[in-house]
Amino acid sequence: MAPNKPQHILQPVRPSTIVASFSVALLLAFLPWPDMRYVPDFVALVLVFWCVHQPRLIGLGVGWVIGLVADAGNGVLLGQHALAYALLAFFAITLSRRILWFGPWYQALHVAPLLLLAEAVVMVVRLAAGAALPGWPILIGPLIGAALWPLVSWLLLLPQRRALEAGAL
Amino acid sequence: MEHTPPPFFKRGPAPVVRLAFFASLSFALLILDARFRYVDGLRDVLALAAYPFQKAATAPITLAQRTTEFFVSQAQLRSENSALRAELLNAARDAQRYQTASAELAQLRRANDMRTRFDRQTIPAEVLYTGRDPYDYKVVLDKGRQHAVTAGSLVIDADGAIGQITRVHTLVSEVTLITDKAQAIPVQIVRNGLRAVAFGAGASGMIELRFLPANADVLTGDRLVTSGIDGSYPAGVAVATVVRVERDAQQAFARVVCEPVAGVDRSRYVLVLAGEDLRPDYPLAEQARRSAKRRSSAGNRRGAE
Repeated sequence: MAPNKPQHILQPVRPSTIVASFSVALLLAFLPWPDMRYVPDFVALVLVFWCVHQPRLIGLGVGWVIGLVADAGNGVLLGQHALAYALLAFFAITLSRRILWFGPWYQALHVAPLLLLAEAVVMVVRLAAGAALPGWPILIGPLIGAALWPLVSWLLLLPQRRALEAGAL
Repeated sequence: MEHTPPPFFKRGPAPVVRLAFFASLSFALLILDARFRYVDGLRDVLALAAYPFQKAATAPITLAQRTTEFFVSQAQLRSENSALRAELLNAARDAQRYQTASAELAQLRRANDMRTRFDRQTIPAEVLYTGRDPYDYKVVLDKGRQHAVTAGSLVIDADGAIGQITRVHTLVSEVTLITDKAQAIPVQIVRNGLRAVAFGAGASGMIELRFLPANADVLTGDRLVTSGIDGSYPAGVAVATVVRVERDAQQAFARVVCEPVAGVDRSRYVLVLAGEDLRPDYPLAEQARRSAKRRSSAGNRRGAE
């Protein structure tokens, strides 16, 4: 896992990278998984990444709209993921100054509570709407998501880094 | 000269303000959706935006399945073929019996001046994917309003009922499975014709008969079919088999647990039983007074209770 060393100066991000990453995340979210509780929320993960790395480009508004698309695609109450993703974006932007000073695994420790919070928001909305408690396996998805953070951040920084190396050669 | 920060540092409203804005917007949407269902138009547009992702997500799996289907061995095909032939013979015999029986039934019904039960139009569909939400039990089908799917239709597979269409989008539609806690389905016990309402039991994958008195005539192994008296389901579709009956003297109602006969969480190819309901309107007090005129022009009216 290549750590994000402070001396690396990354190329500016291209909007196409951001759009493509969100598209892939939505695609992964809509895959026919056998049990949804163990599947991390890829969209939340990508959203946290861009809020941390590009807080000026990606923020609450983008998170909210993508949350709405996720709600409609999943056929659940409109607004629950939108609320969760807006909160997620808020805390990710608040953490963005601090989190990048750490190595990937310490960053993952910061991300885990954020993902758990987003899951908790969705759960509270569902409980208010009259659903039954889903049980503790619901915690597994966010934790797997946090464990995937180093891989995801390495992958998503790749376009910026590769452009740099190509320019150096 | 005014002392404003240079545009370099401008970032719009503070994040807390934005959070408050989007959170209140979300709450407004949630309430509108949960209580009044006012936002179905917006949902339709958003679902259309999500459709390419859903379709693309299932494409590789469909492709992989087709590829593996292509490479099945000849021996396997042969054995399958002979098994299917045998099954076809059985089915043909049953179909002949069914034809005579249904003709006879129609004749008897005519003789008794009763309404004929029409066969409904069916729409074959494929399960696109299961809802991401672990809290309720829904699947999304690849047929929508464009294919004349209507909300309220029953969805079946080869063995029996799996759910009801609860929301129709332009290209896809949502099925609430019979195991969902909020899904009720009127049933009848084949053995004695006892009517009951079956509710989903959620995570266990079972369904329950509620509000049956503790001394109700229900036995383990009883088969349940749709009763058809609600007007939105056709009668006689297999639903479940009773697996456990608990009678507790302390409780007013018996606890009856049933297992769905259809592959509720497995079936990939399903049928939507569409078509209109041909029964007369549910008689309201004022309608009942001048019913004769009304009934001839009765439209369909669902959930008339």
